[in-house]
Amino acid sequence: MTDAPLVIAGKSFTSRFLLGTGKFKNKKDLSDSITACGSEIVTVALRRIDLERHEENILGFIPPHVTLLTNTSGARNAQEAVRIARLAKASGYGHWVKIEVINDSKYLLPDNHETIKATEILSAEGFVVLPYISPDLYAARALVKAGAATVMPLGSFIGSNQGLKTKELIQVLINEIDLPIVVDAGIGAPSQAAEAMEMGADAVLANTAIATAQNPPLLAHAFALAVKAGRLAYLSGLPLQRSIAKASSPLTGFLYDDIPAN
Amino acid sequence: MMTFQQIENILNDKSPKAVEELAREAAQLTRRQFGRTISLYGPLYLSNFCSSHCTYCGFHSQNKIQRIKLEPALYRKEMQFIHAQGIRNILMLTGESYKHTPLSYLKEATLIASEYFQGIALEVHPMETPEYKELFAAGVDGIAVYQETYDRARYAQVHLSGYKKDYDFRYATPYRAAEAGMRQISLGILLGLSNPSQDLFALYQHLRELEKSFPGVEYSVSFPRLRTVKSATLASGDVDDAQFVKIIALTRLLFPRVGINLSTREEPKLRDHLLEIGITRMSAGSNTSVGGYTLLEEKYQDPQFDIKDERSVDEIVKLLKAKSFDPVFTDWRHIENSL
Repeated sequence: MTDAPLVIAGKSFTSRFLLGTGKFKNKKDLSDSITACGSEIVTVALRRIDLERHEENILGFIPPHVTLLTNTSGARNAQEAVRIARLAKASGYGHWVKIEVINDSKYLLPDNHETIKATEILSAEGFVVLPYISPDLYAARALVKAGAATVMPLGSFIGSNQGLKTKELIQVLINEIDLPIVVDAGIGAPSQAAEAMEMGADAVLANTAIATAQNPPLLAHAFALAVKAGRLAYLSGLPLQRSIAKASSPLTGFLYDDIPAN
Repeated sequence: MMTFQQIENILNDKSPKAVEELAREAAQLTRRQFGRTISLYGPLYLSNFCSSHCTYCGFHSQNKIQRIKLEPALYRKEMQFIHAQGIRNILMLTGESYKHTPLSYLKEATLIASEYFQGIALEVHPMETPEYKELFAAGVDGIAVYQETYDRARYAQVHLSGYKKDYDFRYATPYRAAEAGMRQISLGILLGLSNPSQDLFALYQHLRELEKSFPGVEYSVSFPRLRTVKSATLASGDVDDAQFVKIIALTRLLFPRVGINLSTREEPKLRDHLLEIGITRMSAGSNTSVGGYTLLEEKYQDPQFDIKDERSVDEIVKLLKAKSFDPVFTDWRHIENSL
């Protein structure tokens, strides 16, 4: 079966797996992992892009066909996120930006309110904005209004590998929000990525699990397969998610017992 | 949070198994939080004028050393040297002298440093919030201020005169810096000054209070151990290597996201092993003398402490790569600072 492409801001992607580039022990592992998972969108923190050390510059390890999504890591409020995004654009890294506004260095939970503000400003300036949030229906609706290109709810604490602790809340966003839902943060194993895709998420982003694996490219490949498998399962009309599916012994069949079948 | 007694029990447990278990758990947590990355920074000593008398420090006011304060043309040369080595995060240090290195001096140094560096931090005398606000606006992102010891009686014994004598003003300094908008704040204790369990317990409390008051700040901690200066014994350290490992591991377990700095004071061998356990930041190519990089010949230098690890930045980078670490030079991209 052929799947429709993932479309973000009018751009089509075959891969539904996004890779984060932090925490890798060397650039070769990173580069091999991008190849192995076939990601077409990778995130890079602007704060980690070193312009001058060419041999180490992370951008040199990202293939040209891959869309660069700079993130605003380090921003503590909307204003700082906006400044970082503008600086990224001015530095020539394009206008796709993942808004990360984190004002809590202990849990690294995103500030939804400030994220909405930054999204509003940057969308109006022509940025393609992919905001990272704690899954919350009202925040997601506000982001739609603010002009976001996707909504990226967290599965669990960033870097925790705990999987879909916020599953029910993410399901609400999948059901109610008409933008691509990209599940981000906390995805620690391919099975968890598959689970998110089975629920109907449009894409999954992972980083820590892969970057800190013994063999990052191998796990990257496994993630890509799991995302595909989860997607196919979703498209198949997985029985477990069809709560209104036909029960094998209907509870209300008795109502029609006297009506002869034709 | 752990009680003092729990910390004391852990530090005093002599069993190799206990330290190994602690180290393993800390190593795992560090990898998950930070991956195999180590941020590098370069220290730059701007001045050794000091009005405080701290018995353990080579810069203290009573010590007969050559007092130097670098003027802009000279520290620019030092900055160019550090920059040429690849360093992009700088920590500028001075002795504690409001008179010789006032706010205006530090602001000018910051403006010049911002031509070369993306991340700028200061380790200088404590100031008031409005002064920190001015520094933040000028481009300072981080402040390091160590309490040295949280044992008030011991604090009074080793801080004999000068501004540093005021325990409470120093204790409240990180709050003022955070209030002013600083992104990074570094705390520390000088191991060997007092009972390490007591100091560690109090440091954790300090850190916890700060996290609650200013959750957006990235905190880091340092655990310098007492060192001799030019071979003169100023104090004796009493934290052994196993205890030192436990202090780092315990800090990681209790504060998974907090940065842990390692200075050049430690021997290369220990330093290399500690990288695996919990360290996230280290200085490289350090010189702890004013003008030590380009201006003064070594025989004329009066360092704040003697360096045990004298490897160059390139050597450190090679070592990190050999041990499968990614050395991080750029950890921040300077943006306009305002609240």
